Amino acid sequence: MNFSVVTTQFWSLVLQGLALGLIYSLVALGYTMVYGVLRLINFANSEIFMLGTFAVLWVEIELLGHPVAAKPLGGFELVYTLVIALVGSMIACAVLAVIVELVAYRRLRARGASRLASLISAIGVSIFLMETMRMFTESRPRTAPRLLEKWSFGEIAGANFRIDTMLAIVAPIIIFVILDQFVNRSRLGKAIRAVSLSEENAKLMGININRVISLTFLIGGLTTGAAAFLYTTVYENTVFNVGFNMGIAAFTAAVLGGIGNIRGAFYGGLALGMMEQFASAVLGSQWKAVTVFVVLVLILLFKPNGLFGEAVQQTRT
Amino acid sequence: MRLEIKDLRVHYGKIEAIKGVSVVVNEGEIVTLIGANGAGKTTILKTISGLRPVSSGSISFDGQDLNKIQAHERVDLGISQVPEGRGIFAGMTVLENLEMGKFNRKDRKNEMDEDLDRIYTLFPRLKERTSQAGGTLSGGEQQMLAMGRALMARPKVLLLDEPSMGLAPQMIANIFRIITEINKQGVTILLVEQNAQQALQRAHRAYILETGNVTKEAKASDLLNDPAVREAYLGTGAH
Repeated sequence: MNFSVVTTQFWSLVLQGLALGLIYSLVALGYTMVYGVLRLINFANSEIFMLGTFAVLWVEIELLGHPVAAKPLGGFELVYTLVIALVGSMIACAVLAVIVELVAYRRLRARGASRLASLISAIGVSIFLMETMRMFTESRPRTAPRLLEKWSFGEIAGANFRIDTMLAIVAPIIIFVILDQFVNRSRLGKAIRAVSLSEENAKLMGININRVISLTFLIGGLTTGAAAFLYTTVYENTVFNVGFNMGIAAFTAAVLGGIGNIRGAFYGGLALGMMEQFASAVLGSQWKAVTVFVVLVLILLFKPNGLFGEAVQQTRT
Repeated sequence: MRLEIKDLRVHYGKIEAIKGVSVVVNEGEIVTLIGANGAGKTTILKTISGLRPVSSGSISFDGQDLNKIQAHERVDLGISQVPEGRGIFAGMTVLENLEMGKFNRKDRKNEMDEDLDRIYTLFPRLKERTSQAGGTLSGGEQQMLAMGRALMARPKVLLLDEPSMGLAPQMIANIFRIITEINKQGVTILLVEQNAQQALQRAHRAYILETGNVTKEAKASDLLNDPAVREAYLGTGAH
């Protein structure tokens, strides 16, 4: 154990924790939004993330023609390349999430199947997506081209404000602000809150439940897609089972903040990212995944409703 | 406008909750369904709104078969329900709750101010509380909010499920006074109540429901004077 790193590298660890944690938060949204309206853990979300990382690679390498060995881009070309990769990943994940709902959940729901059936269906979809990708990639990890040169804004108190770290911090915050406004202020956002409060009463308002459910899968897919882009940009590689650890961590983040609660996903992700960074600095990086599981077990044991309690709808008051 | 339920049967799993009920509600009427707990009153309202599937029989509205119409589309046809327990969206403000009532109206933007005015006139209390969270209102205020929210959809028929439940006597009188007022403004009302005294005083016609069957149908005023009904539903201790 090495406690001295906590003092010597404190701000650096905080910055790394923020970046990692906010990526978790975005994926956690995929779990939390869906849980809010369906009371169902969409276990396929981790694999939607995984496919998102490959979508980023595909856009950068195949669509825009930057091979893995390509030199970093600059100026306008860099900006539009990154934007296309981000948007491409978001759209791919959103479309996939909506399709997963249609294929794996909606039909079960229409027949009044139990939640357990949906849960098994979720795990089935998850395995299907992962194994399909395993075949396509022959289990090999893939490297992303370094299109964004990792220059630094500078160093403050030992914390290195690198461009990719900053991107992974700023982008999720912007996404969360937009989403928070959408859910609290827009008509469709209010429909989501209404359904999460009571499906029956929402129907009595004339809300088309199935459309709202598709919308939440769409939003969860969009944020998960953004996370996939940021992950690929920061860590520059992916593999068919990248979703597994990410899924566990993001699910833990969602539960930590209170599953079903949007702001909870934000703070849960942050807290988990920090804990992971500090734990791996002190105990060694082999303890990273252990930290996540320990947090998950502890929260389920002692505070199963999470730090902020359940419910999308309570973001307001 | 005419709401017609014919030979309706509804099941919860294998248990038959509604065993062949026929009810007619004509334009401009206040019709009440009275009966004890578990008689099936709420189930009938939920089935009209499309929240419960019909096992057999039919429900028609304005000559249209409702069986083929999804729950959320029935609101557009002019059927609004104030559910049992009010169903207020607790985390939303009073104004947001009212806006939800208009969720699907095509003309919602143009109608909004006019309808809010109308509802604040009916329920002045709500106007004082527009930005308060729905969950923090008293029971009576929540009932008002639920009724106001249902009226936002400009219903032709309003289905009211136990509006007096859990309210103080003065508030009950107030709510029933407003029900008559709403009816006079041209909204047909189907009222489900355990408070038979108040319901029969306000309604034009009434049905008595016992364990999934209609056992009596008559003018409300006749039932008020019917000894058997007085004994079962209006006697001391009965609500």
